[in-house]
Amino acid sequence: MTAAMVLDVGLALLVVAVAVWIVAAGSAFAAVVGFVSFGLLLALAWARLAAVDVALTEAAIGSGVTGALLMTAASRLRPTESRSAGERPGAFLHVVAAVLAVLVSAGLAALVLIPASPAPSLAPAAAVHLPELDVLNPVTAVLMAYRAVDTLLEKIVLLLALIGVWSLAPDRFWGGAPGLWPRSRPDGELTLLARLLPPIGIVVGIYILWVGAIAPGGAFQGGAILAAMWLLIMIAGLRPVPEIHRQWLRLVLVVGPAVFLTVGFAGFFLPNGFLSYPAQFTKPLIIVIEVVLTLSIAAILGLLVAGPPERERQR
Amino acid sequence: MRVLFDSFTVLAVSAGAVFFLAGTVGLLRFPDSLSRLHALTKADNLGLGLVVLGLLPQATGPLVALKLITVWLLAQLAGAIVTQLVARAVRRENQEA
Repeated sequence: MTAAMVLDVGLALLVVAVAVWIVAAGSAFAAVVGFVSFGLLLALAWARLAAVDVALTEAAIGSGVTGALLMTAASRLRPTESRSAGERPGAFLHVVAAVLAVLVSAGLAALVLIPASPAPSLAPAAAVHLPELDVLNPVTAVLMAYRAVDTLLEKIVLLLALIGVWSLAPDRFWGGAPGLWPRSRPDGELTLLARLLPPIGIVVGIYILWVGAIAPGGAFQGGAILAAMWLLIMIAGLRPVPEIHRQWLRLVLVVGPAVFLTVGFAGFFLPNGFLSYPAQFTKPLIIVIEVVLTLSIAAILGLLVAGPPERERQR
Repeated sequence: MRVLFDSFTVLAVSAGAVFFLAGTVGLLRFPDSLSRLHALTKADNLGLGLVVLGLLPQATGPLVALKLITVWLLAQLAGAIVTQLVARAVRRENQEA
């Protein structure tokens, strides 16, 4: 057994152990903390599998943004948590969940232990056309060209999720600002962090977006980092949380999906179908779409964490 | 020269690992939140610092070395501030209790 193999086996065991710990955790808060470390360990595992794009996304979205979302959910649930702890699911539900979990595990184990040889792969076919796209990172090429429709729908789902969160607002707060009350004192340490980190974070976010064309990175990871910086500034109270009725805010939220959709429909008339890019403009079009998508993703993720409006609309 | 660099790396990274181990033991064994925070910051600052220091001779260029140092500085900044925030929350809880 080589050193690398010991590391991999240890990592795999740790991932499973943390997963078991999350399920067994007593409080929602502890489970969320476990979930965040689970995401980071999973990101390490993806990095070990040489899937750096997935690792970045897992760390930024799976662990970071989802962790922040769950954290706010856990703190909202805290007052009612002890009451609902008594309402345990019945034996029948336990059995059904166990059977389903075993079936899924068995299916996955079968796929891993009895691999088809040669393993089915579309990688060579996809790699053939990479030079035409002028996008050297194969993952970005797949996301923006071959599977563009998936990427587009993903962004629209994000937008729908935000509308879902907003629709939890009581009528009198509609159009008002989300409930991220500034919790720090103006001379506190959080304010210091919110002044020091965003300049670095914004540069890193834009870099991750830009480098996505040739190396691991892209709109989603870059957008998540920008969203984190925005949230930090809002939580520290350096900038107010915007009211959700603002025109500019709504424009930022939809500009990414809207541009993507426009390019998609233009594909009907210019080249030959939905979401196909004209040959000579492929690279610039992908860059434009990625930039506006990053902007929208950052705004959507930030507002998702900020939650539903909880203050009355000011004039 | 290579051997000297490599042995420095092994030495410094091992020393860093010792700090991480000590910090983890402290995190598990210390009785209250404030002492646990104290143990954690030693692992973060000194442990990561020594690991980064040890990796510097292995860096392929000045840019990589700069990135390593930036990672350490950012971890220090985040660690110090999060520790302060947790400590403040602990104190608030103690006062309420």
